[in-house]
Amino acid sequence: MTQTKVSIKNLYKIFGNNPKKVLPDVKAGMTKPELLDKHNHVLGIHDVSLDIPEKQIQVVMGLSGSGKSTLIRHINRLIEPTDGEILIDGENVLAMNDTQLREMRRKKMAMVFQKFGLLPHRRIAENVAYGLEIQGVPEAEAQKRAQHWIDRVGLTGYEEHYPGQLSGGMQQRVGLARALANDADILLMDEAFSALDPLIRFDMQSILLELQKELHKTIIFITHDLDEALRLGDNIAILRDGAMIQQGDAQEIVLKPADDYIADFTKDINRAKVIRLTGLKSPVSGYNGPTLPGSTVLEEALSPLAQAPDQTIGVTDKTGAVTGTVNLTQAIEALHG
Amino acid sequence: MEFLTEFPSMGRRDLTSLRQAIDETFRSFSRAYGESLENFFDPLLHFLIWFEKLLLGMPWPLFLIIIGGLAWLGSRSWKITVASVLAFVAIGVLGMWEDTMATMAIISVATLVCIVVGIPLGILMARSDRTQSVITPVLDVMQTIPSFVYLIPVVMLLGIGKVPGLLAVCIYAIPPIVRLTNLGIRLVDKDVLEAADAFGASPKQKLLGVQVPLALPNIFAGINQTIMMALSMVVIASMIGVKGLGVPVLRAVSNQYLALGLMNGLAIVALAIIFDRVTQSYGKRLQAYRGQSK
Repeated sequence: MTQTKVSIKNLYKIFGNNPKKVLPDVKAGMTKPELLDKHNHVLGIHDVSLDIPEKQIQVVMGLSGSGKSTLIRHINRLIEPTDGEILIDGENVLAMNDTQLREMRRKKMAMVFQKFGLLPHRRIAENVAYGLEIQGVPEAEAQKRAQHWIDRVGLTGYEEHYPGQLSGGMQQRVGLARALANDADILLMDEAFSALDPLIRFDMQSILLELQKELHKTIIFITHDLDEALRLGDNIAILRDGAMIQQGDAQEIVLKPADDYIADFTKDINRAKVIRLTGLKSPVSGYNGPTLPGSTVLEEALSPLAQAPDQTIGVTDKTGAVTGTVNLTQAIEALHG
Repeated sequence: MEFLTEFPSMGRRDLTSLRQAIDETFRSFSRAYGESLENFFDPLLHFLIWFEKLLLGMPWPLFLIIIGGLAWLGSRSWKITVASVLAFVAIGVLGMWEDTMATMAIISVATLVCIVVGIPLGILMARSDRTQSVITPVLDVMQTIPSFVYLIPVVMLLGIGKVPGLLAVCIYAIPPIVRLTNLGIRLVDKDVLEAADAFGASPKQKLLGVQVPLALPNIFAGINQTIMMALSMVVIASMIGVKGLGVPVLRAVSNQYLALGLMNGLAIVALAIIFDRVTQSYGKRLQAYRGQSK
């Protein structure tokens, strides 16, 4: 098991005039509509606990109003929680004073925003160097590091442009480069690709996955798009009305939805492209026949399955050892849900 | 019936004693503090006199070159530059050079004072709603109260001369720059500010690196308005001893000299148009990055 990088414990956020006063009611089980009715307070986050492992992509998914953007803003304390705990590398974020908090925001994490949040009066190179400038990195060094990331996200030649001169997709590349230039362990991405059209979004996801292969950052990625969540997330957490209703990897979310709400979500996705053999395997011993890696998606596994003897195939783990078998009937059933 | 048709006022004697009491209080205040206030404004007076002398002592061709240069730097437009120089040439030919220099001096110093006081005030206002709710009504009063009314206490305190004139101009001209600085900073995109916060910007880094630069076009519109309002106070300021284009206008009004009034009035208009066009086109260039597309 990997180490926990960010740990959120029993987090509550209530918006209103006197959140502390109504907190006991919420803890006693008052629901969101009741709270709004009786006390005119809005329940933003309802008892969320989440351990985010390091060097992986943690997706937080939910529809609008589910509290996902509120949740991510608690991690760097752009929003103050009403109750609960947030630990980063074991350090309590909520106990930090202004100076410590600024230091943490400068060095430990960087954020990418849905609406980009670029500085319109600065050129692209200056935007990418912004975080470094805030940290007090000397200008020449900052420019050099900024240039490296401008090249990495494919914006070479646009250094002297202003953000207003670039398309949305290119602006978000600037946002990504600015965050990466900070060289922080944690990357917070708040619906980072949601404002982009589907093709550009797919491109950006590919860029992110490719960079992650070598950077191994702890990425916390907020999205309302299930396809995006399944494509990017090593782990996925689903929020509704501020509460956590399921966490797990893509296989678990699709194969074992916690309730009808999630089942509804997963209904329209292309299951053949999401479900992997490892999610279906039944244990076996002494299997001796054709095998496929566990990470194979069903789409690619179907025809080998059909051709295999007994229409059964062995599933191997990363080391190549057989961990179980899958047969064609199982695969077809999984496709129908 | 009389009660209804005649408003029940305080009565002549009470009113008189109320007014006298206020006058007396203010008079003793000005006796007690008038001199120290004058001393306080002394550096300003010296600066104003020095600047006026500088303008008056400058050879006129050099002044024309400087004006042309400034107009070019501000507007980057040959039309505005040539028109500015020609306007000053016409003013000189028509014998208004010295008065115009005096007016230029007081307008420049008044604008400078307004910028130095007004921008920080606007920033303070943008930072807290409470400050805003205190300052806004004060600005409203400053802009709407008839100038003659606040000339009275100013003259009582500081007498007649350049400093009270400068103060009168500033009182009238400072509201737009305060208001527009406040507005400009409040209008800065919340998403951009949040990004600055997320990257750990300190309040100072946010103010100087994000808020002020993004508010600059609005601040500049404020400076433009301040200059225009300062120019419109030139005639009134001349009533309390400020030299410049206002003096002949005042003389023309009391003696029915149409041509004199018209010429000096038009000189003020010419100054206003030059200042306006140059500062406006500079303000537009400041936000060039906004309008550009691919």
